[in-house]
Amino acid sequence: MKVTLKSNLAWVGVMLFGFIIIDALEFAGLINTFIENMLVTIGINVILAVGLNLIIGFAGQFSLGHAGFMAIGAYATGIMTQTMSTPLGFYISMVVGMVIAVIAAVIVGVPTLRLRGDYLAIATMGAAEIIRIVINNLKITNGAAGLFNIPALASWVTVYVLMCLTTIVTVNFIHSRGGRAVMAVREDELAAGAMGINTTRWKLAAFVFGAATAAIGGSLHAAYIQTIAPGDFNIMASIAILIIVVLGGVGSITGTFVAAVVLGALDTILQNFGTVRMIIYSLALILIMIFKPAGLLGTWEFSFRRWLTKGAVTHD
Amino acid sequence: MQTFGQQLVNGLSLGSIYALLALGYTMVYGIIKLINFAHGDIYMLGAFWGYYSLRAFHFNFLMALCSAMVVCAVLGVVIEYFAYRPLRHSPRITALITAIGVSFLLENGMSALVGANARSFPQALPVVTYHWLGIRVSNIQLLILITACLLMALLELIIKRTKMGKAMRAVSVDPEAAQLVGINLNHTISFTFALGSAMAGAAGVLIGLYYNSIDPLMGMTPGIKAFVAAVIGGIGSVPGASLGGFIIGILETGVQAVGLSAYKDAVVYFVLIVILLVMPAGIFGHNRREKV
Amino acid sequence: MTSRLLDAQELVKSFGGLTAVANVSVHFDRNELVGLIGPNGAGKTTLFNLLTGETPLTSGSISLYTDQGVQTLNGKKPAQIAQAGISRTFQNIRLFKDLSVLDNVKIAMTNHYQEGFLTSVFRLPKFYQTEAAMAQAAHELLKIFDLTAVADQPARNLPYGTQRRLEIVRALATKPSLLFLDEPAAGMNPEETADLTQLIRQIQRDFHITVVLIEHDMSLVMNVVERLYVLEHGGLLASGTPDEIQRDPAVIKAYLGGA
Repeated sequence: MKVTLKSNLAWVGVMLFGFIIIDALEFAGLINTFIENMLVTIGINVILAVGLNLIIGFAGQFSLGHAGFMAIGAYATGIMTQTMSTPLGFYISMVVGMVIAVIAAVIVGVPTLRLRGDYLAIATMGAAEIIRIVINNLKITNGAAGLFNIPALASWVTVYVLMCLTTIVTVNFIHSRGGRAVMAVREDELAAGAMGINTTRWKLAAFVFGAATAAIGGSLHAAYIQTIAPGDFNIMASIAILIIVVLGGVGSITGTFVAAVVLGALDTILQNFGTVRMIIYSLALILIMIFKPAGLLGTWEFSFRRWLTKGAVTHD
Repeated sequence: MQTFGQQLVNGLSLGSIYALLALGYTMVYGIIKLINFAHGDIYMLGAFWGYYSLRAFHFNFLMALCSAMVVCAVLGVVIEYFAYRPLRHSPRITALITAIGVSFLLENGMSALVGANARSFPQALPVVTYHWLGIRVSNIQLLILITACLLMALLELIIKRTKMGKAMRAVSVDPEAAQLVGINLNHTISFTFALGSAMAGAAGVLIGLYYNSIDPLMGMTPGIKAFVAAVIGGIGSVPGASLGGFIIGILETGVQAVGLSAYKDAVVYFVLIVILLVMPAGIFGHNRREKV
Repeated sequence: MTSRLLDAQELVKSFGGLTAVANVSVHFDRNELVGLIGPNGAGKTTLFNLLTGETPLTSGSISLYTDQGVQTLNGKKPAQIAQAGISRTFQNIRLFKDLSVLDNVKIAMTNHYQEGFLTSVFRLPKFYQTEAAMAQAAHELLKIFDLTAVADQPARNLPYGTQRRLEIVRALATKPSLLFLDEPAAGMNPEETADLTQLIRQIQRDFHITVVLIEHDMSLVMNVVERLYVLEHGGLLASGTPDEIQRDPAVIKAYLGGA
């Protein structure tokens, strides 16, 4: 219990420290709009990728439709905050987005989660495209042109706090009864069923959980960037989130953070390179995968608990 | 009835392009279980080769088609050798990300090299339109359909009748066992990439001729659609990929014809999901049950 | 007077034209140790798969007698059957390999401990209580099977025989009334096998459960089980006590090849 408390306090410390550092840099004027934009993008990508890592890395379900659920969150905020342009309105819109994303995830997940591996990937990709095409053709979403002048109701602080919150909730879920059940499904679906685990239910739970966090990411994206269009949530957007997950290490939340930061920084540095930017980016991607096939961190996870108990228990 | 026939003709021409592309996806997937995301970009490169060979080298159509197939085959083998071979024993999702990386590289490399703008494909053949029972059929459409069918027949012959084809089938069933009976895994995989990429190269030249417009990002959407076609047909199955390609082509033109062109992709994906739910391994796929 | 636990009537399973299990009726009583033997390919594992819902029945009926009354298991999913109190191990060990030994056991306890979603994601006191209770129960089981020292190791790191033991622990953690063990001694040397058979007898008594044991080597089970079913070519060849089976002419013929 003491170790648990210490480890939890250490994590609170890390989160506060990160906040203070960014705040101090902002105060000192060292963070311009450009850098802040990068930090916020990293934060939103962490939210999206942590949720996708839960689905792919922990539940073992290959979903390629994350951007569809992100779109639902973004449009909920984009549409609702135009009439409720207050912070409260923003949070209400976020919750509405999450609820719709959860409903959509259940509708998509119940039939498709029976499929395995790449078949599931292609089915979820199709479902996300259907969501995008519907948004593209509705009046309320302003069709292909998208929404402009969305009230700026999310600052970097909002993104930072929500990034911490969703990560805590996800990690806590992974280390609970539900998380273990979800991992059992990944390890051996048949054996999990024989141990009384309702595999369909837990797969769906992870999928729905991921969809809800994707909606949060979408809401923040809409309120910070202030402009959204259906094209922002296409297959390539889903793939961008997948790249963060795989690059960091499938099944490592620490890896997801590292990969989001690395890719965010890489993207910012490469802004100055013009047309060769994407060439360098794609070469980097290929090379990292060839030399680090399990991702930057594999399944390794940073843990204060292990660090704190290192002295007490010695393993050979 | 007339419009139906007309849409069927249009659908079959478009479908044969998808079918040619889907063959590459299905063969590569069958043999190394990789969704070769860069396959659509090979098709783009085939189209560009066709463009330059017709304009700069003044090739005739047949020469452009054949040389594009050869060039793309070589490219496919090179890409497999450098990007996918080192990852053969890595998690499949890693190889998938690498394939996405290769796709980005080809798209952006071409954009940097030749510019991102669309350009018009040279008219290698004068367009002649035939009228038959009130249906308009152009010689280009016939050419696409006939070329695609010939290539598919040729492919079927290679896979069923040649030694290499037999090796391909053996590797796709069990790579370990295939090696034990003396099949060279690397050669077989390279050969598969060569065949698949050659089909994509041919599809690229044909689409250039049909749509008259090519650009470095032209492979993205048809690539994904062709993969969907391969899945619908049952991934790993050659006749399945052809059938899947034609289904998607006809579906797309059909949906467009009834005035729902904004939803044509949505309909394709919806049909995909429905087919997978009824037949989880596609139309010609084998559903393998896990043994306890 | 023993009381009935499970009744399987006229089970049939055909795969296409092949009949893997033909008209087999078996029953298991409370607190007994039953052996299921037969040569390779006799349909033993298929019968297990039918009884645990892994493979759907072609025809026949399975009834489980619980404290709440008779429950029919036909058409139920493996997870539902497991929740009804039937657990199993697998012939080709199917542990959750990348997870720790402790987690393997805790996973099997999933349905016996409730942690609400909000309780666990926000780490409310109830979460820590439930986790502590689960850990304690899991450790108690591990101790019985001498696995305490490896509790934090990933299951894949264990030696083969230990993995087989862990699979039994995991099955027991679901609190079954009926436990199917599919060739638990496969790949073990005679000494390990003897230890394991003793352990199985012990847990059957200590946990007051019914254990059904698949073996294709008759000699292993003869001295521990109370009753035996002999399968051959998908059909029931004989049933009875070990003594009766050893004297059964049909069994002798099948095993000794018509001598």
